[in-house]
Amino acid sequence: MALAAIPRPIADLPWRVLWIVVALGAIGAVALYSVSPVVGGSFRPYALNHIVRFIAFLGLAIGLSYIRPRIFQEFAWAAYAGGIVLLIITLALGTIGGGARSWLELGFLRIQPSELMKPILVLVLARFYAFMPAREAGGWSALWPPALFLGPVILLILLQPDLGTATLIVFTTIAMMFLAGLPLSWFLGGAAAVAAAIPIGFSFMLPHQKERVLIFLNPEQDPLGAGYHISQSQIAIGSGGLFGKGYLNGTQASGDFLPEPHTDFIFAAIAEEWGLVGGLVLILLFTLLLRWGMRVSADAKDRFEKLTAAGLTMTIFFYLAINLMMVMGLAPVVGIPLPLVSYGGSAMLTVMICIGILMAIDRQSRRDPRRN
Amino acid sequence: MKRRPRPPITEAAQSATFSRRALLIGAGQFGLATLLAGRMGYIAIAQNERYSGLAESNRVQMRLIPPRRGWIVDRHGAPMASNRSDFRVDLIPDQLEDPERVIGALARILALPDETIARIRRELRSAQGFQPVPVAEHLSFEKFAEVTVRLPELPGVSPLRSFARFYPEGAAVGHLLGYVGTPNQQDYQRENRNPLLLTPGFKVGKEGLEKVMEQGLRGRPGAARVEVTARGRLVRELRTLPDVSGPPLHTTLDAGLQSYAARRLGEESGSCVVMDCHSGDILCMASMPAYDPNGFSDGIGQSEWRMMAEDPRHPLINKTLNALYPPGSTFKPAVAMAALEAGIDPEDTVSCGGGYTLGSRRFACLGVHGPMNLHRAIARSCNTYFYTMGRRIGFDRVAAMSRRLGLGQRFDLPVVSQSFGTVPDTAWKLRRYNQEWSQADTLNASIGQGYVILNPTQLAVMAARIASGRDVAPQLIRRPRPLAAPLPFAPAYFEAVRGGMDEVVNGAGTAVRSRLPFPDIRMAGKTGTAQVRNIVDANRGRAGTAWRYRDHGLFVFFAPVGAPRYAGAVVIEHGLGGARAAAPVAKDVLTYLFDKDLAMEALRPLEAAWGGSIAERAARRTERWGARGDAAPPADPTVIA
Repeated sequence: MALAAIPRPIADLPWRVLWIVVALGAIGAVALYSVSPVVGGSFRPYALNHIVRFIAFLGLAIGLSYIRPRIFQEFAWAAYAGGIVLLIITLALGTIGGGARSWLELGFLRIQPSELMKPILVLVLARFYAFMPAREAGGWSALWPPALFLGPVILLILLQPDLGTATLIVFTTIAMMFLAGLPLSWFLGGAAAVAAAIPIGFSFMLPHQKERVLIFLNPEQDPLGAGYHISQSQIAIGSGGLFGKGYLNGTQASGDFLPEPHTDFIFAAIAEEWGLVGGLVLILLFTLLLRWGMRVSADAKDRFEKLTAAGLTMTIFFYLAINLMMVMGLAPVVGIPLPLVSYGGSAMLTVMICIGILMAIDRQSRRDPRRN
Repeated sequence: MKRRPRPPITEAAQSATFSRRALLIGAGQFGLATLLAGRMGYIAIAQNERYSGLAESNRVQMRLIPPRRGWIVDRHGAPMASNRSDFRVDLIPDQLEDPERVIGALARILALPDETIARIRRELRSAQGFQPVPVAEHLSFEKFAEVTVRLPELPGVSPLRSFARFYPEGAAVGHLLGYVGTPNQQDYQRENRNPLLLTPGFKVGKEGLEKVMEQGLRGRPGAARVEVTARGRLVRELRTLPDVSGPPLHTTLDAGLQSYAARRLGEESGSCVVMDCHSGDILCMASMPAYDPNGFSDGIGQSEWRMMAEDPRHPLINKTLNALYPPGSTFKPAVAMAALEAGIDPEDTVSCGGGYTLGSRRFACLGVHGPMNLHRAIARSCNTYFYTMGRRIGFDRVAAMSRRLGLGQRFDLPVVSQSFGTVPDTAWKLRRYNQEWSQADTLNASIGQGYVILNPTQLAVMAARIASGRDVAPQLIRRPRPLAAPLPFAPAYFEAVRGGMDEVVNGAGTAVRSRLPFPDIRMAGKTGTAQVRNIVDANRGRAGTAWRYRDHGLFVFFAPVGAPRYAGAVVIEHGLGGARAAAPVAKDVLTYLFDKDLAMEALRPLEAAWGGSIAERAARRTERWGARGDAAPPADPTVIA
């Protein structure tokens, strides 16, 4: 058969997800070539780094996929402790990027410990709820321990200050609590309380945060100031039309009108050159990735694995959702990249770790095909 | 909600809950993906046109190219105002990365004065986007090239080859053509914030024909379209829409004559108007001294302006239209016409005993002329005759005739302003002073003094109407026009007055020394000497008094006698007398029309005596002014013998 030509270890890889990941990474590389500051596109400074990093992190993800999920469960707390230490070191010694002290310089690598904390928290939460007796799901004991170990993380991240990441972590946690079977009324009540608290919360925001929210609500009020990002992003998408302006012909990105076309606004840069069709392909790929993640969760035999898979999928989902909503003017500018496609190591690393663990769970489910 | 004892949550139930909720979350994810796809479709398809437009206006910046101004040409097509290639440097605020460094570099290369640097900084602060800020114009090619080669290290600097207005005749056309200048706030508001007016290098007419004919001369601006990045880096030049230069303005002027007349006026403060006495075409309208519009178009300094404003010879005033003088005896042809029209026989004589007595007042004549008829009275400029005739017919008739001959009239000329003076009559005096017109008023006015004040152009028109007998109107713009209608006076009357004026120059008259140097071409004219102020002294306004109290010298003329073609007027302020100061100018100017070489020959020694060409003398004057600072320019211009 044709497959016989492919070496067994490669053929054995979980290709039903890997092709999606590789496709996304490749789209990212193609787009990064175009948004290079070099006129006419170039592998430098982004595309080449992106490819190298992508291959390295994909290797890491594949490596992770060979680890049994049980191991993740056992080392969850150790990883949590390590993550907290890294966050503290970051606050003390980190470098400032984008207004927040969230980067840790490791010589050869810059990492963002708050990013690493996302999958770690998913593991910790999954472990906690997996071990929690089912009957306690409706009581306080289902709530305060997670709050206890989530609190320091959120606090440390807010101190950087990185509101975006903190929000993402809180959202993921809520999603996991929801899946863990906590009473529905809590979520409905919580949503009501948040809706009521928004005006109060707004008054406590820092001026630049307030401004972001106001500009999100009405970007045209200040198209050259802080609303510039949102306006230019929508101009890029809107001017692309159905089939785009053609590869390397985007004027918004190459003319520097689109801010951060290689990171947060890469989707707009792609949409400008490839049009609605290109954008829909990306959205479709991400949807397939998410569907795969939720399937892994559904197919998992073990409660820890189910919760972990769902939590990691949610982590990826929130990246996408917030980034895409932001570039399309549906959410304020929060500085979250489009995973796998955007330039930047930390988000890619995080998402690759998520995918690696998801693949590990997937592998475990297929290896042990008993029904539960 | 009914409250039942909660059933213990079992592992199985928990698993079912998880499946249910995971499905819900999956549906939520799918829902959001659908929402995003929909949103994207809305932006990219429904809003495509709008956003495409915005992307385009991001990408493409338009820079207006000022249109080349239409030339102003004389009646033979010779340029009187043209455009000269000019090198300029502007700053594009959008493209400036380090304004201070760039300004510093430019200041070094171009040797910019501190006030210019301050202006650039000020304008940069209020500038926005792609609207350039001018740095310097009229650069030498060397300086321009020096900036050009350093462009790579000077982002935001835009060297440009443009056009500057050039007036070949310089100061000779100053008042007539006016000058151009950078539009000011009022110009900008008046034109409804036309962006063209903010374009560096664009100039609008500020005075004279340049101002009045602005819209006709302007042309249509071109547009340079460039693709730029948000930081202002030029990506590429797109198609450039060329400018359409303004059409040439054909004037009735004779550039050579204009220049000659201006030069011939020399150091005097005066004016010379020459017109075609059949068509009304103005051939020259020189007013001196004048500013050089070439320099004015770049804007002049405070001190230079002060020098001009304080100069008693008024270089800022167009003396052909905006200066008013008592016409003195040049008014007498009009009085003579009025007398004839009133039925006076030209052969009626008045005996001149050296003056005229009205009650206890004696009105002097300049001589004791004996019996005077109209012909001789004009030739000898006998006041007694005109006192008598004025009284005999009444001044209202004189006034009516004067107006028919163009005096006191406003002409339909493309000029910024004209002072039209006064031809008084009884009604006017009543209106103005609430006083009855007196006989003394009649006597004074009959010799062109008293309330009569006129501008030189009106005197030229009077000469033209007498010369042709037609109702000619002065014209500056050349266009075909029907011949003016004859004036409703008997041709014999014109003939009689013209005969007297012929005698003035060519017979026993007051200006016989200003005969034309041709055997077959004669000039006719009338001298006039106008009092600046009433000095009862017999010595009034004579050579001994201060320049500013001296009498004005006037002369009206036409030529050739017999078949008049040209008519005009010369006024020399404080020139002491018409025969002495004004008639010789008229003679040379008319000579120029018939024989240029002969006229130039007459001019050459005069200019040598005055100290060079107009420009050379002006430069020296400026230098002196600069050196002395507060000293007034020469108060006593050389008197022409």
